[in-house]
Amino acid sequence: MTERMEFGMRPPAGGPAEPPQPAEPAFEPLPPDARIDLAEDGAQVNEILDALDSDLVGLAPVKTRIREIAALLLVDRARARFGIDSGRPNLHMCFTGGPGTGKTTVAMRMAELLHRLGYVRKGHLVSVTRDDLVGQYVGHTAPKTKEVLKRAMGGVLFIDEAYYLYRAENERDYGQEAIEILLQVMENRRDDLVVVLAGYKDRMDSFFASNPGMSSRIAHHIHFPDYTAEELEAIGRLMLERQGYALAPEAEPVFREYLRRRRTQPRFANARSVRNAIERARLRHAGRLVARGGLVGRQELMTLHPDDFLASRVFAEPAAQAG
Amino acid sequence: MRITQGTFSYLPDLTDEEIAAQISYALERGWPCSVEFTDDPHPRNSYWEMWGLPMFDLKDPAGVLQEINECRKAYPNHYIRLNAYDASYGRQTIALSFIVHRPPSEPGFRIDRQETSDRRVRVSLHPYATDRPEGERYGDS
Repeated sequence: MTERMEFGMRPPAGGPAEPPQPAEPAFEPLPPDARIDLAEDGAQVNEILDALDSDLVGLAPVKTRIREIAALLLVDRARARFGIDSGRPNLHMCFTGGPGTGKTTVAMRMAELLHRLGYVRKGHLVSVTRDDLVGQYVGHTAPKTKEVLKRAMGGVLFIDEAYYLYRAENERDYGQEAIEILLQVMENRRDDLVVVLAGYKDRMDSFFASNPGMSSRIAHHIHFPDYTAEELEAIGRLMLERQGYALAPEAEPVFREYLRRRRTQPRFANARSVRNAIERARLRHAGRLVARGGLVGRQELMTLHPDDFLASRVFAEPAAQAG
Repeated sequence: MRITQGTFSYLPDLTDEEIAAQISYALERGWPCSVEFTDDPHPRNSYWEMWGLPMFDLKDPAGVLQEINECRKAYPNHYIRLNAYDASYGRQTIALSFIVHRPPSEPGFRIDRQETSDRRVRVSLHPYATDRPEGERYGDS
């Protein structure tokens, strides 16, 4: 049955035009003695937190803090139903920790997380370092920083290696100007922008010592501890699974031993070192398959053998003394 | 008299929240916004001066509003408008353009009539504001 195209005002298919919709009822706060069940609103929030738990291994202080922020959201919503308005909390954060502990990864997830919790409007992440904020000549810094801040409005601004902004020894450095603009925006445009700083702990501490205003504007100082051996192994397994590889049963204790030895060696970068180890194992796996020749099946293409790890330099050097 | 150029020009002045809502409408459709100003209100003056480049990379109305407020601070006695450009093939034109700021008082226009050959009358529009030089047209009245 086709509809006939008509010009002009078309009456609705039913009878005469419907009366205009009544205005929405005015918001009525709940009576003071009403009780609310926070869990009924929290189903979506729990889903977000569970996804975080499964995707990121370890990081207990981070997860605790995120749970608290999510709980604050639920409580704020419940308070709003009673008519109590408390405004948006200060969400600026600082992530400190050793290399490869997940600071940048969590910052990327934080933007999406805060957007799904409803704290930021758009949820996009703008990731900058010192070069994106500081100019090369007089008068260059302010417009550069303001452009970056405008782009980040409605989302999260992630400043990696934030301590490079401030160079105390060079008085011609324009980093201080960028810091001042940041401080102003972090205080006045709290509703529009969330700033996340990240860096190594000792350098961030000295940065905050020389910029007390910055430290007081950061509400959440979260430290990312180094991973334990079990956590590193779990991270390794997660990475392998994501890349479509599996460890042969004989390879599991070898992988564990590899991690134990590598941790004692200098310049260990936690999850990043695990990723590099897996990349090298993949290379050796590929080399082994190509050298062996013949036909390969799906299973062989996916399975890493102990040789792929044993060939590492880590095993060639004498093992560190067990504690 | 309030000049009626652009969208919403017959409505009372939009509040900042309403302007932000319109900017959201444009940004959601991927139309970058730009801010322009002028003090020549003639309806055929289509080349207003640009306040900075169009904001191609902004996703949130707060940044655009910030630019509008800075333009208002810099030129409180000029007309300021917001343009949103639709780049899709088949349109490639300004999709939305509305005035966001007016000078405190707008003197309006007069019609100049000039008699030409055969008693024909050539009519032209003359804004009273342009009697004075640029920059001095809308003082505090």
